[in-house]
Amino acid sequence: MSRQGDWNLNPMSETYEPKIVAFLCKWCSSAGSDLAGVSRIQYPANATPITVACSGSVSPQYVLSAFKKGADGVLVSGCHIGDCHYMEGNYHARRKLYLVKELLEFTGVEPERFRMSWVSAAEGAKFAQVVRDFVDDLRPLGSQDKMRNEPT
Amino acid sequence: MSKKRTGVFVCHCGNNIAATVDVARVAQEMAGEESVVCAKDYVYMCSDPGQNAVIQAIKDNQLDSVVVSCCSPTLHEKTFRDNARAAGLNEFTCEIANIREQCAWVHKDRAKATEKAIKISRSAVRRVSGAKSLEPIGIGVTRRVLVIGGGIAGIQASLDLANAGLEVVLVEKQATLGGHMIQLSETFPTLDCSQCILSPKMVEVSRHPKIKLMTYSELQEVSGYVGNFKAKILKKPTYVDPEKCKICDDCSQVCPVVVPNQYDLNLTARRAIHIPYAQAIPASYTLDIKACLGLNPVVCGKCKDACEAQAINYDMQPETVVEDVGAIIVATGFDLYGQEKLGEFGQGKIEDVLDGLQFERLCSASGPTKGRILRPSDHTEPKDVVFIQCVGSRDPARHCAYCSKICCMYTAKHASLYKHHVPDGRAWVFYIDIRSGGKGYEEFVQRTMEEDEAIYLRGRVSTLYQQNGKIRVMGTDTLSGENVEIDADMVVLALAMQPSAGTAEAAKVLKIGRDKDGFLAEAHPKLKPVESVTVGVYLAGTAQGPKDIPETVSQASAAAAKAIILLSQDRLTHAPTVAQVRKSHCTGCEMCVDACPYEAIHLENGKAVVNDVLCEGCGTCSATCVRAAIEVKNATPMQMNQMIEAVLGF
Repeated sequence: MSRQGDWNLNPMSETYEPKIVAFLCKWCSSAGSDLAGVSRIQYPANATPITVACSGSVSPQYVLSAFKKGADGVLVSGCHIGDCHYMEGNYHARRKLYLVKELLEFTGVEPERFRMSWVSAAEGAKFAQVVRDFVDDLRPLGSQDKMRNEPT
Repeated sequence: MSKKRTGVFVCHCGNNIAATVDVARVAQEMAGEESVVCAKDYVYMCSDPGQNAVIQAIKDNQLDSVVVSCCSPTLHEKTFRDNARAAGLNEFTCEIANIREQCAWVHKDRAKATEKAIKISRSAVRRVSGAKSLEPIGIGVTRRVLVIGGGIAGIQASLDLANAGLEVVLVEKQATLGGHMIQLSETFPTLDCSQCILSPKMVEVSRHPKIKLMTYSELQEVSGYVGNFKAKILKKPTYVDPEKCKICDDCSQVCPVVVPNQYDLNLTARRAIHIPYAQAIPASYTLDIKACLGLNPVVCGKCKDACEAQAINYDMQPETVVEDVGAIIVATGFDLYGQEKLGEFGQGKIEDVLDGLQFERLCSASGPTKGRILRPSDHTEPKDVVFIQCVGSRDPARHCAYCSKICCMYTAKHASLYKHHVPDGRAWVFYIDIRSGGKGYEEFVQRTMEEDEAIYLRGRVSTLYQQNGKIRVMGTDTLSGENVEIDADMVVLALAMQPSAGTAEAAKVLKIGRDKDGFLAEAHPKLKPVESVTVGVYLAGTAQGPKDIPETVSQASAAAAKAIILLSQDRLTHAPTVAQVRKSHCTGCEMCVDACPYEAIHLENGKAVVNDVLCEGCGTCSATCVRAAIEVKNATPMQMNQMIEAVLGF
């Protein structure tokens, strides 16, 4: 594990923009991102949202598929624990997707490239901050090549 | 799958989207997608001409699917799906790409925002290319309502429902209807007698042909879904046949067991066989099995011998009844905050320190003192009575953070009633501030101060203790800045209202949420104040939050109206975006069965089967299945993968 080496392999360029796939649950996090919009809270355009019914419906395969297709980071955001619209979907998400982090580490992909957050429909500012932080944390990692099918 | 013919409609939203996103370019990029046969942009897609343009384009181009790139689907998904249907498409082949809230409004860089809008729109195009036409699932409706709780909220809701022609099952835990309201003497601000306004309603409930009254019964289990709930109710044995009971009182005359009477808040005693009060509904005695010597003629059997009507039956058994209902109203009411938690006020151990409900009983003509206000300890008339407001309320550090709302008013009523009963006595009221919002409420408080000469002291009481047959109350008057010590004959605490013990159980059985204070949570604090988060379950009365009688009655009628609206439909519809099983892939491992929060999946011949009506389409099953054998319609892994590709620029 020579993460230090990866950094060197990816000379930081001014123009590097991490590509993020953001799976947002319909009831909380997507609504929270709508609120960020209504409140005109600005955040980087790196994260493209895919709205799903529930964070529990995000299969680990979707996350891996995103990395295979060249995502630099994957975000899964759901309702706060205990507040799931479907009662317990986010518990399933948390348990299942924790393993994705371990799997990433095992395969040599920085586990920091995968992130989960709990953003309620009332937390527009928090959603914006989650994206800002994720982008900032991904920048030093450079582009993700380990799992990508073919280098672009 | 045959290739789709998709139309993409990109909205400028005036300048809301167009200022940051190059909408023409988005439309142009979408036109390059394989499945897209027409792509347009327009200044206001949701306006009448915009909607007509969509409908026209669907017809002109024989579209079979539509993507509208505009605002959040929460705003106009329904609008455009209705349009799609109007143009002859299935509405489930219409998707919204949110390029306003999730893009144009949160970014300033036009190039980046345009790129992101293209990705969002493209992912929606890819999604609809795998979308199937779906029809809403129709479900039948049982036109009956279960009302839980027989206080004023449950009574009002039941009567409204029954008078609208619906059948009602009213379940009450206690042996009689009436709840806490029947224990009150008079009600503010008009001072009508509580019994006089409530008893006729109770009688109406008991005689109403549409209402099935189940007292001394408890809700045990609820299964099913909106329109079709199954409620399992335990009917506890009263050991007295209400049909035969003549309420002659012969049985209780001979009963040897004496226990505190909860109806009088333990200020009086009753026998093991008893009727809570003379006007109880149903008009029948109840044998309290916990107090009784044991239902055994060898041990006692006196009541049975004394009953000439032969109404007493020791062999009565608990009975479980299953009722089919379409909607449920929860009106489980309140309890007072426990005095035992109040060390500074004697922990409930000082006899002449009463709570508000006990004082109501003392004032009541049917109460333990026949309406004379007397000290419980020595039956003398108290000359100095201290009323303390906000006991347990508005005290986030130690007790409840919230305001119990009704205490200012009922304390004013108590002080006023006391002065009417004991004109030469002195009524002292300690308060933090007076909250008397409501018709005629402020005037009532002013009358209590001015005409009844109650002495209002703005401040709190730090402690009280017994001394020389009196209760020394150590308070402060913050307006004069002085400490106040009163040797009181009686103290009345305006205790906080808290959700009744049964409320937590009901919430659990019904899978409805509670707020931080334990009250039942409404679906929306402003726009859905009587709906719970579970469709078909409504809330009424103090189980939802502290409130007075007029508010409780209004909320009960509102809850009844909501249930009537729901059940006035012949059939209810359920979203068809539910899970489906690919039988060839399913190995019957049951992982989806365990993951489903709605128990909507079961095995049949070793394969998973989904109950469409129970399934909410959350997709947790599909993310759990390791063989991709179960997926949610129109949100399949295939579609998701295509969306991921689109997002990553493929």
